[in-house]
Amino acid sequence: MLRITDLCKSFNVGTINEKKVLDHLDLTLEEGDFVTVIGGNGAGKSTLLNMIAGVYLSDCGTITLEGKDVTRLPEHARAKFLGRVFQDPMKGTAANMQIQENLALAYRRGKKRGLRWGITEEEKKIYQESLKQLELGLEERMTSKVGLLSGGQRQAITLLMATLKKPKLLLLDEHTAALDPKTAAKVLDLTKQIVEKNNLTAVMVTHNMKDAIQIGNRLIMMHNGKIIYDVRGEEKEALKVADLLQKFEQATGGEFANDRMILA
Amino acid sequence: MSFALTILGAVGQGLLWGIMALGVYITFRILNFADMTCDGSFALGGCVSVIMISAFHMNPFLSVIIAIGAGMLSGFITGFLHTKLKIPAILSGILTMIALYSINIRILGKKANVSLLKKETIVTKIKSWLPQSLTEGMIDSTLNSIVVLGFGLIMVIILIIILYWFFGTEAGSALRATGNNEDMIRALGQNTDRMKILGLVLGNGLVALSGAFVAQSQGYADVGMGQGAIVIGLASIVIGEVMSVLLGKKRTFYKKLSAIIIGSIIYRVIIAWVLKMGLDTSDLKLLTAVIVACALSIPGLRAQRRKAR
Ligand SMILES: Nc1ncnc2c1ncn2[C@@H]1O[C@H](COP(=O)(O)OP(=O)(O)OP(=O)(O)O)[C@@H](O)[C@H]1O
Ligand SMILES: [Mg+2]
Repeated sequence: MLRITDLCKSFNVGTINEKKVLDHLDLTLEEGDFVTVIGGNGAGKSTLLNMIAGVYLSDCGTITLEGKDVTRLPEHARAKFLGRVFQDPMKGTAANMQIQENLALAYRRGKKRGLRWGITEEEKKIYQESLKQLELGLEERMTSKVGLLSGGQRQAITLLMATLKKPKLLLLDEHTAALDPKTAAKVLDLTKQIVEKNNLTAVMVTHNMKDAIQIGNRLIMMHNGKIIYDVRGEEKEALKVADLLQKFEQATGGEFANDRMILA
Repeated sequence: MSFALTILGAVGQGLLWGIMALGVYITFRILNFADMTCDGSFALGGCVSVIMISAFHMNPFLSVIIAIGAGMLSGFITGFLHTKLKIPAILSGILTMIALYSINIRILGKKANVSLLKKETIVTKIKSWLPQSLTEGMIDSTLNSIVVLGFGLIMVIILIIILYWFFGTEAGSALRATGNNEDMIRALGQNTDRMKILGLVLGNGLVALSGAFVAQSQGYADVGMGQGAIVIGLASIVIGEVMSVLLGKKRTFYKKLSAIIIGSIIYRVIIAWVLKMGLDTSDLKLLTAVIVACALSIPGLRAQRRKAR
């Protein structure tokens, strides 16, 4: 359903800071794939997701989504296909707006916004039901400003917003990394639930190797803008963290996995 | 008695200038865009309206519509400079503002000001509609002040209702979200460039509308009449915000908008009062700057004190 071929991206071209971040990368996702992505700092994981979302345009290569070439499509035009949750809990919601207003914005993802009323009564019922499944009691606080909520609550709402209108592809970029362990586990749990229930195709970047192995049906490892390892199905299920570390060292030629990867 | 009259006049002016503050509120607070255009677009509104009346004998109400259009166009240009040509927000506004200075002089026929003496204005029109029995024996300047106040009040109420409606619509919500978290609303499929342009168009339309009313009520347009408008608008907003603390906890959008108008009125009354106390007109800008600097620094200082404790 997603086909990326020969994708490249460099930043700061023509300066001494020039950096090749994605290096002729190929990736094909099947319908219903739930892919976890691991790799060291600066491997290009976030950039890959950003390129899929259209935050940056590619230097070469193509991206097609369900047969449609989206390579040159600007970010806002791609949004109708994509649900996104970012690492920073502040980034996915509008702090000065109510919970229900945020949900109403998400409910209209990819639709033209005109002079109809911004939120209807029927919608509010839908939102209330969706909020219930978070089990955070937020359905009682629909008119509270999102800015009053904790990072975990905001991230849960962002996750809900990303999937309120079923996306073709869900992009999660370390969306639990900024949360305390308990909240992170809760949000991760919700993620699994929502992806399963809606049968979504999803890509999740994580630094937690255990999560990467446990969650989803496929795992890819990135290094220096390339995919250096790609497993799925039973082979993936049989993986151990030690295997991944070894794989990483092998691929990087002895260069040791960074602290964050070991600690995770 | 004369003091009551001064206050009456100040309140009327506060209402007309309050419309400008609503425009500044849209760009500065809702869109989070420090838009310097409004100094120019305020004068533009005044100049266009006055010249339409004095040179083209246009109906004074209709001239206001043209003024709004001109203001919207200036907002569009600032938006274009910023979103399409990637010029920083403040600079985009300053460029349009500077350009408008020359344009406004052109509009006035290479003059710095044009008077509406003996011409029809909104004020004279409304006066002519009032029944004779009502206005008899009233001093003309008093009557003018009352007309401005009544007309200003009606306009402000209409505009607040329209703004309340608009910011409740899908497009209005998207505009608010653009000012609040641009990345988020873009990820939700909104072209944020278009939203920024829309906000600047709306804001400067209101600012020009206000400029047209002010010019007609004072009986002339002057290329310098918009100088410091953004700061006056901000003063009204922050005074209104301080006041709205007294209005109770729940801050509905209606209340926020009304508070701006109240802020604008209080600002005018303060100005009228200090002028009465013998301050010079030329000192007003300094006074305004001090008011705004104080009011804007309050939230920051408060937060610091809270931290220190
Ligand atoms: N907008 C940008 N401008 C310049 N350089 C960038 C930009 N975005 C990313 N980079 C650089 O590209 C490289 C890859 O960044 P990216 O964020 O994709 O890595 P990552 O794999 O997500 O790493 P992390 O695990 O730290 O999140 C980094 O060296 C980063 O500094
Ligand atoms: Mg990253």
